[in-house]
Amino acid sequence: MSEVAPEITERTSAETSSSALRSRWIAHLASFRTLGIVIPFVALFITLSIASGPFLTKINLVNILGQQSSALIIGAGSTLVLISGGIDLSVGATYGLASVVAGEVDQHNPALLALVVALGLGAVIGAVNGVVSTVFKINSLIATLAMSFIITGTAEKITSGNLVDITDQGFKNIAYTMFLTIPTAVWIAVIVVVILGIVLSRTVFGRYIYASGGSTEASRLSGVPVNGVRVMAFVISGVCAALGGVVDTSRIFTAQATQGGSALTFTVLAGVVVGGTSILGGEGAIWRTVVGVLFIALIGNGFDLLSIDPLVQQIILGVILLLAVGLDAIPRMRT
Amino acid sequence: MATLTAPGADAPLIELTSIGKWFGGVHAVSDVSVRIEPGTIHAIVGENGAGKSTLGKVLSGSLRPDQGEVRLNGEVQHFHSPRDALSAGIATIAQEIALVPGMTVAQNVFLGIEARRAGFVRRQAMRRRTRALSREAEFDLPPDQVVSRMRLPDQQKTEILRAIARQASTIVMDEPTAALGRIDAEKLHTVIRKLRDGGRTVVLISHFLDEVLALADTVTVLRDGKHVRTAPAAQETEQSLIEAMLGHSMQQLYPEVRRPAEDSPVVLDIENLSAPGVRNISLRVRAGEIVGLAGLVGAGRSELAMAIYGATRKQGGEAFIGAKRATIKSPRQARRAGLFMVPESRKEQGLVAMRSVRENVNLANVAQHATLGVLRGRAERRATARALEQTDVRGGSPELPVSSLSGGNQQKVMFARGMLCGPQILVADEPTRGVDIGSRQSIYGLIKAQAEAGVGIVIISSDLEEVLGLAHRVVVMRAGTMVAEYSGPEMTPENVLSAAMLGTTAKDARNTE
Repeated sequence: MSEVAPEITERTSAETSSSALRSRWIAHLASFRTLGIVIPFVALFITLSIASGPFLTKINLVNILGQQSSALIIGAGSTLVLISGGIDLSVGATYGLASVVAGEVDQHNPALLALVVALGLGAVIGAVNGVVSTVFKINSLIATLAMSFIITGTAEKITSGNLVDITDQGFKNIAYTMFLTIPTAVWIAVIVVVILGIVLSRTVFGRYIYASGGSTEASRLSGVPVNGVRVMAFVISGVCAALGGVVDTSRIFTAQATQGGSALTFTVLAGVVVGGTSILGGEGAIWRTVVGVLFIALIGNGFDLLSIDPLVQQIILGVILLLAVGLDAIPRMRT
Repeated sequence: MATLTAPGADAPLIELTSIGKWFGGVHAVSDVSVRIEPGTIHAIVGENGAGKSTLGKVLSGSLRPDQGEVRLNGEVQHFHSPRDALSAGIATIAQEIALVPGMTVAQNVFLGIEARRAGFVRRQAMRRRTRALSREAEFDLPPDQVVSRMRLPDQQKTEILRAIARQASTIVMDEPTAALGRIDAEKLHTVIRKLRDGGRTVVLISHFLDEVLALADTVTVLRDGKHVRTAPAAQETEQSLIEAMLGHSMQQLYPEVRRPAEDSPVVLDIENLSAPGVRNISLRVRAGEIVGLAGLVGAGRSELAMAIYGATRKQGGEAFIGAKRATIKSPRQARRAGLFMVPESRKEQGLVAMRSVRENVNLANVAQHATLGVLRGRAERRATARALEQTDVRGGSPELPVSSLSGGNQQKVMFARGMLCGPQILVADEPTRGVDIGSRQSIYGLIKAQAEAGVGIVIISSDLEEVLGLAHRVVVMRAGTMVAEYSGPEMTPENVLSAAMLGTTAKDARNTE
């Protein structure tokens, strides 16, 4: 056990030894990371504005936001789970199940009921994820992975593998009502992001989420109801995944069990991590997730506009993800 | 083949000159020069935080000094890793065991230096050599035993065999007996003497002064990272070492705490409590009273604290908390009933390292600063400032991560958290472990202030002086039970130690584990 914990503090000019310089350099890198993805995001935005005429138009930007509304909603929920020290790999599956269930309910019922049923289902799935991973102490990575198979299987069973077509105008209105010339899908995402942002940064529950993810034992011994906090984070994540599914179904008028799936799960997770939320828990923020998700969206959009090979897009996304996680790891490499 | 006692394991003369090492603005050691003669047992003593382990790590290559040099036989060395030091003949046996748990003794002993033939590991040869080494050291370690299934002393022996197999001529041991029982510790002492008699140098970092005086040829004393003196062990006594380590006599360090009135209310009443690691404990603590829990490592002191706090499940008996005699099942209930615990390990059980000082200070009482769950930032900041001032936390803004504070200030943050809860009972487990002298005094001041304000206090410490210096009454634990209780003139180190090591009755002594 080291007798004095290594630490980063402001230094006096007297200490300019090599290791002091090295850790100062690391401290700079760490503080750069606090700003993190914002700088590349702004740089990419400016580059695209210059390189592509159609990029900086209201139609294109609103279009991007509309397409990303479900990813933003799901990402915000996932961020809570990640900070609380878990991971939710079932969001893509929940999204798919919520879509088809909402679609089926909507066939003979009002759109509002379809929405409520879908969100309730998301909450139940989240509660199961939470209880399994806290009370039964099954690692959430495995627990939610297993859940994702169960959920997708159930969704396929419900639809017998078919598409569910949405004909009800009421349901379409969920995402496509225009308010201040912007569709409600975008407004819903904005509201979810703002509310969860406030919950995380300004409430006791939010504080408990950070603490639980930062140190389970210290939190428990301080009287933080760690298990309850984690279950609640999973419930929110489940509801967000379901809401994402309903919004997209309302946008594209069809629902399918395999819609979303692991591709969506990992794209959202990539956005959260690129934004700078730690996969180890205890650190992160909703605004980071917003920037991270939109950054990935900009890459896709920009490359489409500039007609760059979509395969190259994937490679670049992978490199960016590695860089983001790498920057996260560097401050921890100090001995 | 390397053997334990074979002479001519030519240990070099080791010279450390003006060694300095800083961790974020705080020196761990500064300008320390020590000469370690070959073929001797050289002990390094000092309080927690005096720089013993840092110096040991510099010697063994796991830390690079910011200043000064390490010379072997006059030649300047540049160790970049323990591996470099090992190739110069310096092996380390650290506080934490560094073996591969799933491998056998033989595999661990020869890890990285496996005997090979045509690319294949010669298992039989390795087994044979391990058995020979082990027999010679009188270790009696079966070469095919998997390390994770062995007891700690046997794991340590495996580490020693590993050092010998690597032909190390100098072995640095950092608190090798801290986790051992008395018999195992004595066996290890025999091994250490054998190593010396075989011509090796042993650098022994230890806070057991009796051990140091019995084993070492030379003793170096460090205080606050500075070299106090290096002298033949024969010239030292426990008293002289303690005074050198502290820089003053013991009396000044501990404040005199006013005794509570005879009729002050009982705030903690433990009746026949049994829980994991503790059996049949009965203990009462009055408001304003400081009760010390003494005992060896593993005697059940921390386990008792965790059981009282509701952090582990009670198996029998009860602990009544506060004037309302609440019974509790979780730390959350304990905190609400008026009990606060400063846990044994602030890193693992106390602080959320990456979160800010402010969040850490308010972790237990954050709900007090909220309306319908929404935090009132200003109320929280004000409470934080007040608590930090009261507990004398120094360094940086409350918005910096708590890990940026020194060990002493981190510990004070734990007390700040406790004070904001306004407890009736404060349980402090190792309140000054790894804390510098200045912070220790602040912490003692805080404990005194809390006691005199009517808080019942339970202090657990492996530092016997600390327990005796602070407590009104000392309870001694051994093997999970209470074996003795002392107060007044009976509260002497001799009484407490013999109770802790031998128990009061032979029956208790036999019931270990």
